[in-house]
Amino acid sequence: MSEQDERATKAAGKAAKTKPKAKGAKAGAAAEVTATGRLSVLKTYKLFVGGKFPRSESGRVYEVTDSEGNWLANAPLASRKDARDAVVAARKAFGGWSGATAYNRGQVLYRVAEMLEGRREQFVGEVADAEGLSRAKAAEQVDAAVDRWVWYAGWTDKVAQVAGGANPVAGPYFNLSTPEPTGIVAVLAPQDSSFLGLVSVLAPAIATGNTVVAVAAERAPLPALSLAEVLATSDVPGGVVNLLSGRAAELGPPLAAHQDVNAIDLTGADAELARELEIAAADNLKRVVRPGLTSDWAVEPGLERMLAYLETKTVWHPTGSLGAAGSAY
Amino acid sequence: MAFEYAPAPESRAVVDIRPTYGLFIDGEFRDAADGKVFKTVSPSTEEVLAEVADAGAADVDAAVAAARRAFGPWSALPGAERGKYLYRIARIIQERSRELAVLETLDNGKPIRETRDADLPLVAAHFFYYAGWADKLKHAGFGPEPRPLGVAGQVIPWNFPLLMLAWKIAPALATGNTVVLKPAETTPLSALFFADICRQAGLPKGVVNILTGDGRAGAALVAHEGVDKVAFTGSTAVGKEIARTVAGTRKKVTLELGGKGANIVFDDAPIDQAVEGIVNGIFFNQGQVCCAGSRLLVQESIQDELLDSLKRRLATLRVGDPLDKNTDVGAINSAEQLARITALAETGEAEGAERWSAPCELPDSGYWFAPTLFTGVSQAHTVAREEIFGPVLSVLTFRTPDEAVAKANNTPYGLSAGIWTEKGSRILAVANKLRAGVVWANTFNKFDPTSPFGGYKESGSGREGGRHGLEAYLDV
Repeated sequence: MSEQDERATKAAGKAAKTKPKAKGAKAGAAAEVTATGRLSVLKTYKLFVGGKFPRSESGRVYEVTDSEGNWLANAPLASRKDARDAVVAARKAFGGWSGATAYNRGQVLYRVAEMLEGRREQFVGEVADAEGLSRAKAAEQVDAAVDRWVWYAGWTDKVAQVAGGANPVAGPYFNLSTPEPTGIVAVLAPQDSSFLGLVSVLAPAIATGNTVVAVAAERAPLPALSLAEVLATSDVPGGVVNLLSGRAAELGPPLAAHQDVNAIDLTGADAELARELEIAAADNLKRVVRPGLTSDWAVEPGLERMLAYLETKTVWHPTGSLGAAGSAY
Repeated sequence: MAFEYAPAPESRAVVDIRPTYGLFIDGEFRDAADGKVFKTVSPSTEEVLAEVADAGAADVDAAVAAARRAFGPWSALPGAERGKYLYRIARIIQERSRELAVLETLDNGKPIRETRDADLPLVAAHFFYYAGWADKLKHAGFGPEPRPLGVAGQVIPWNFPLLMLAWKIAPALATGNTVVLKPAETTPLSALFFADICRQAGLPKGVVNILTGDGRAGAALVAHEGVDKVAFTGSTAVGKEIARTVAGTRKKVTLELGGKGANIVFDDAPIDQAVEGIVNGIFFNQGQVCCAGSRLLVQESIQDELLDSLKRRLATLRVGDPLDKNTDVGAINSAEQLARITALAETGEAEGAERWSAPCELPDSGYWFAPTLFTGVSQAHTVAREEIFGPVLSVLTFRTPDEAVAKANNTPYGLSAGIWTEKGSRILAVANKLRAGVVWANTFNKFDPTSPFGGYKESGSGREGGRHGLEAYLDV
């Protein structure tokens, strides 16, 4: 690369980076007054529990800033009680969601992709602010997140065909293994990828028929809280996905110890917290996903995040037998 | 007293049929090279719906060449991108499903209740299902990097025009093939509307090509050197002809052919449910279904009770205007098919089987055949051996389960079968012995995109639907 090219590239990068500041409606002080002299309306970010948008029952908030320290919003600082309420909502939604046909779940997840595509610009701005990315880089994250919903929408009615099947037992029995959702999955979303990472841990859990309580990336929760607006308008039944913002260290322990939570994804916990939560999770033998299962959120996933939340049910039934000398069935 | 049904017609205004249609080649509609056309009529009224281009050899060449040109870029697309095209198609079909249902009813003669509630939902679901496979092929169990075959030549029948199109095109495109599809001569319209859906979805030109025409166009397509894969749904006679045509070539073939399905009712079966299943099995789509339960095998001890119930039920079937939402049985698809059904029924009578037809008034114009059953049928009777492909049920009896299985399997076909009993182990034991590709227990004529469908023996080879349906379009 010549020196001239390099300068040009740098300049372009700088332009892309500063652009959202000028245009972004929510990017703190820089956006208070638009070009036409109109004061913009800022969004109040809230939790998403049981299909509703409550504030934290604790009344607490914490300051969320962009990568340069500019104020973006006051996010709810969810409490242990908020976490327990979210588990109740997730349990209430589990019967309907796990009982829906796989085809129906696929339609709903695809609808999420459609709704997200329509709000692409909003999320590009939010991810750029949250993660300090250029618009182009943020757009890559958002596009990959849309495609990830599509990827998992397609899995809803296929995972049983890959993970289940007939077993040729040595006897006159019909024997069929079918994967079923384990129940409620608590998710500590990745801290390093506020949106693509979140979608990548959320979608596989609900694609397989589980319901979720997720704790957003601690320092960058706004894309997650905005995703709730997409989910709320995508035919996802209330309570299937519940999103909390706050401290992983505060919300992790009550979720890991909760007796009505069936699995926990520790991706967003540091090594020490993860170990502590895994110990707590052992109390009712939650299925545990340890940090580090996924190293690169941009890469196409495999089955691992779906299989983690599936139980295998095997049904036996006698087949009887037909014989020339009188049938014994 | 009997109550009259008020007419409940579905509106035709939702569909706009143009007076003429061309062939869809390389993303554009064009006339046949030799300018030939044919008419498609509505079987319930004999009204001409449109004039359609009649593809000849030059058109087959052009369509295969277009599909070949499109194959490189299409197969090179990432699976996720191919999948998104198919998702678009699925969504547009959902959006336009009422229009397509009315169109299909007009062109085919089947009741709107079926096109609206069965055909169209299954069509959209099939595209949705295979859309999801496009980027997951390495997980499908056919090796780490399964490859497409190339250009698929596909020939489909008139009984489920758009559904058969979906069964052919969705898996072909998901796996990276391009297609040239020939719909049946008597039902070309929904495939041409599908071409418009491809346009709306922005599908690259040449990926899907539609050639309307008769059996000659189908034969030319199957025989074309540029075709890598042949998929055919239709009669066993034509299926055998195709098998001979492709002998000695590289072409991979899947065939979904005729059937003479046995619907076996044991003495412990819930009679009312069984009657509904028998009716659905043979009178769904006027019996013009390859997997129809056209042979009723009833255990001797319950024969009288079952037949009484069945006749009572058949007398309540509403035969008539397919666009009426209360209609159960619509028109036979063509004069030719009606003549075939009529001739076979006459043979049944001539051979000594006892004929009973539902007492119903048939419209004056169009092609109609009253729901009919034959009793006193032996395995030697023509109506027990040949596929009638119409609303005609042959009733045979059995005493033991072994006899039922022997009779059910006593046919060169092997597509479908039904079992009615409350005993689970009997269902599984009998299913185990049946030489048929689909066995329905205590239900009949159920279809789902996730579920493989296809026949044993002379009912064809290969499976459509489900994970298994991918194999037909992959180099495995």
